[in-house]
Amino acid sequence: MQSLQSVNEFVIKFANVNGTGSASANNLFAKAIFRMGVPVCPKNIFPSNIQGLPTWYEVRVSERGYLGRRGGVDIMLSVNPQSMPQDIREVEPGGYFIYDNTKPLDLRLVRNDVNIIGLPLTRICNDEYKDPRQRQLFKNVIYVGALAALLDMDFAVLTGLVSDQFKGKDKLILPNIHALELGYQYAKENFACPIGVRVRTADKVGDKVLLDGNTALGLGAIYGGATVAAWYPITPSTSVVDAYEKYAKRLRIDPGTGRKNYAIVQAEDELAAIGMVVGASWNGARAFTATSGPGLSLMAEFLGLAYFAEIPTVLFDVQRAGPSTGMPTRTQQSDILAAAYASHGDTKQVLLFPSTPKECFDFGALSFDLAERLQTPIILMTDLDLGMNDNMSEPLEWDDERRYDRGKVLNAEDLDRMERFGRYLDVDGDGICYRTIPGTHPEKGAFFTRGTSRDEYAVYTERGEEYAKNMQRLLAKWETIKEWVPKPIEQDCGQDTDTAVLYFGTSEESAREALDYLAEDGLRINAMRVRAFPFNRDVEAFLERHERVFVIEQNRDAQLRTLLMAEFELGPDKLKSVLCYDGTPISARNIRQQILQQMPGHNVTPLRRDRLVSAAGE
Amino acid sequence: MSYQIPKFRHPDLPVNELGYTRADYEGAISTLCAGCGHDSISGSIVRACHELNLEPHRIAKLSGIGCSSKAPTYFLGKSHGFNSVHGRMPSVVTGAAMGNRDLLYLGVSGDGDTASIGMGQFAHAIRRNLNMVYIVMNNGCYGLTKGQDSATADEGSASKKGDPNPFSAIDLPGLALQLGATFVARSFSGDKGQLVPLIKAAMSHRGFALIDVVSPCVTFNNNAGSTKSYEFVREHAEATGTVDFVPMREEITAHYAPGTGTEVTLHDGSVLHLEKLDEELDPFDRLSAMVAIEKHRAAGEILTGLIYIDKDSRDLHDVLETSRRPLNTLTEEDLCPGNKVLANINSSLR
Ligand SMILES: Cc1ncc(C[n+]2csc(CCOP(=O)(O)OP(=O)(O)O)c2C)c(N)n1
Ligand code: SF4
Ligand SMILES: [Mg+2]
Repeated sequence: MQSLQSVNEFVIKFANVNGTGSASANNLFAKAIFRMGVPVCPKNIFPSNIQGLPTWYEVRVSERGYLGRRGGVDIMLSVNPQSMPQDIREVEPGGYFIYDNTKPLDLRLVRNDVNIIGLPLTRICNDEYKDPRQRQLFKNVIYVGALAALLDMDFAVLTGLVSDQFKGKDKLILPNIHALELGYQYAKENFACPIGVRVRTADKVGDKVLLDGNTALGLGAIYGGATVAAWYPITPSTSVVDAYEKYAKRLRIDPGTGRKNYAIVQAEDELAAIGMVVGASWNGARAFTATSGPGLSLMAEFLGLAYFAEIPTVLFDVQRAGPSTGMPTRTQQSDILAAAYASHGDTKQVLLFPSTPKECFDFGALSFDLAERLQTPIILMTDLDLGMNDNMSEPLEWDDERRYDRGKVLNAEDLDRMERFGRYLDVDGDGICYRTIPGTHPEKGAFFTRGTSRDEYAVYTERGEEYAKNMQRLLAKWETIKEWVPKPIEQDCGQDTDTAVLYFGTSEESAREALDYLAEDGLRINAMRVRAFPFNRDVEAFLERHERVFVIEQNRDAQLRTLLMAEFELGPDKLKSVLCYDGTPISARNIRQQILQQMPGHNVTPLRRDRLVSAAGE
Repeated sequence: MSYQIPKFRHPDLPVNELGYTRADYEGAISTLCAGCGHDSISGSIVRACHELNLEPHRIAKLSGIGCSSKAPTYFLGKSHGFNSVHGRMPSVVTGAAMGNRDLLYLGVSGDGDTASIGMGQFAHAIRRNLNMVYIVMNNGCYGLTKGQDSATADEGSASKKGDPNPFSAIDLPGLALQLGATFVARSFSGDKGQLVPLIKAAMSHRGFALIDVVSPCVTFNNNAGSTKSYEFVREHAEATGTVDFVPMREEITAHYAPGTGTEVTLHDGSVLHLEKLDEELDPFDRLSAMVAIEKHRAAGEILTGLIYIDKDSRDLHDVLETSRRPLNTLTEEDLCPGNKVLANINSSLR
């Protein structure tokens, strides 16, 4: 058998039982590689359950900087007998299967083309610890120690991390280091270390940070000046508000009075949550809510009101697999259409598509400026993959000169200078009208906000011409919006080509990697990452320039493609779909495969292993 | 269509301390049916605000959907208003109140808007003791959708359509007490003498103040056999007592015989004088208030007046410990921690 050989390019997957404390040990492993200067991307694959079901943690290690899912597993560390049959099947030929051999492996599972490494984790723990909880927790730390030996990791980095992690709880430092050493020693004494796959200190991380998208969003809301957060708990969005609260407690307490410069209300449901955001924004405070698919469905009526009455509203949708409750702890990009056209009647909503934690922070803060500038809901579409996993990201930055853009708001002096205020009067010709905040002026500027039709002066009317004129103005505003939302990012392959890919959000890393594979296959294609809806003119021009555009997305129904077809009146033959909707993030191999399959004259050649390893940098 | 009320004013209309006439608190001409109870309630709101010397622009009036929820168009024309979506006014007020604690929030709703589609939001606004006045214009039916029974229609009561309602009624004051409301009153649109001081007291209360106002729908539910008709209510209303409201700065004129009533000093310093008629009700005791409601209900009577008040109530801002400065007045200086802090956060993520 030929064993896989690779330095700093591999995929390792941990198979655990949830609720057993494996998350922090696995995290320790990934962070150690990050601190060794090697790009890393860990992904949690967890059940909708608190204790007892299988959970996985997949870590992509890539000195070349590929941070998406590649597909396939080179090393499987399996401590969950329940998922073992499936786990061992997933290992690449020549890969490594590491398991707890306190109980012998079922002979029927044994594969001859995989290296099998047994660590008696349960036995070591039973010998070492009396307390059952300790036995369980340290088992995880012990396998991290063993991996350090097997993969030739820098042990000092691990001990340094443990010390950082337990700062303030110093009693825990030594026992954890001891557990690491137990594993390390066992592996050293019983195996030829290192194995074929190794980690070597590098300098490919720079000043990057390891951060999940939801924390970045919470911080974006802090920096963007949000003072009111209203929400109803739902995975995978809960940690957005958790992060906002954590940082608000630290950074938003008035030093003089000790009182809070923010208010968080846990609402009775998502309808109420968005209603609170609408109320606060109407009153001139910056407010947001965070939710996922089921909550978005409930919020539809209010989103229509905010669209029609033109109330700034910020909503973060951390998407998960639908429909209905779907797979609540798995990722998808499947709320695109529901969000873009949220609510009955002719509505169109502004969407932002971040693809990194840095963009979550930037777009999160930007949402508040855009909502007030454009006086409409801004729905930031992230997903579970970006939101709940640590992602390697550019560091966060804030320009201290930056002022919040409060948009077109009239104060008392403005009103004094005016003949008559018209809330829905398009004075500037850009479709965006002036608004007033309640309580501004004793005599002027008050109006009735409503979801019913009204004239330019906010007086109720059922006259068809007035209604139609207002709807037309909203379309004119839609054109203006195209100038304000983040522009797409194009990547030119440097050659003449009639083929392109277009993607958004978390498909970016895998798409980039797939394009490199395809280049090796001899296929050069241009790429565009869209970052907002409405699409601006660059997107239209890009589509026009190419014969064939593959739209990569993580849902069944090709929702972004539908949106492109609807907005640009394109025929279906130009736009091809590359889809993934099994609840896992789309992988580079999957993208390559689907593109090749649809290329005229190209026969699909499954990637051969040797080629993959070379693609992986060895 | 709404019509603006003609601007011509009689020169000697009485003005309040702010120099405003009562007309300055009015709104557009009502388009509700002539005789609709809701219009009388609007009139009481106008009177209460005028007499309380409130600055109209410091009041925000919010509602859901229904004939009742249209009513805010017909009073307080100088105030910002928000006609939101059906049953969801409480959440909009919650957000608005979080954003600016310094305005007076007046919520107007119907019995359909509150007791059916909006029941959840109503209940949770009470639990949070949101600082607002919540007026239910209660006609026992859905006026705007042409008279279907609502959840506050009494069992056996028949609307114009004729069939007696087979379901038990939700009693909003009783429910509010159970949910922890800190100010609970009931009144009748036709009894301004009672309603106006109750509105004033509710506006001076810190916390959630519910006034359930029976407000007959002349078009669909004012017939014989309805328990929400003018006639039935006039005959069956039992007042807890008389209520007189004395604003903060006014002296209490000593026209009450000593020992005949109770004086309550409200949060803003105004005084409520309660002249009790109901011997058993103690309006400072929640249990007593709940018992009184049920007893009168069992007797086929409608208990009106101030039913319960907790004058030391803590509102949502007190509980959350939010800044005393309205959150909507805070600027970058107060809100944005700046790049240096962010650099430290970055370091903690490496
Ligand atoms: C989501 C939704 N469902 C239904 C309606 C239709 N609708 C409008 S008003 C109303 C009932 C109003 O009853 P109530 O609150 O008692 O007000 P009233 O007209 O009796 O004053 C209904 C069902 C609506 N506007 N929105
Ligand atoms: S239908 Fe009934 S509730 Fe509606 S305006 Fe007419 S009388 Fe009032
Ligand atoms: Mg009604």
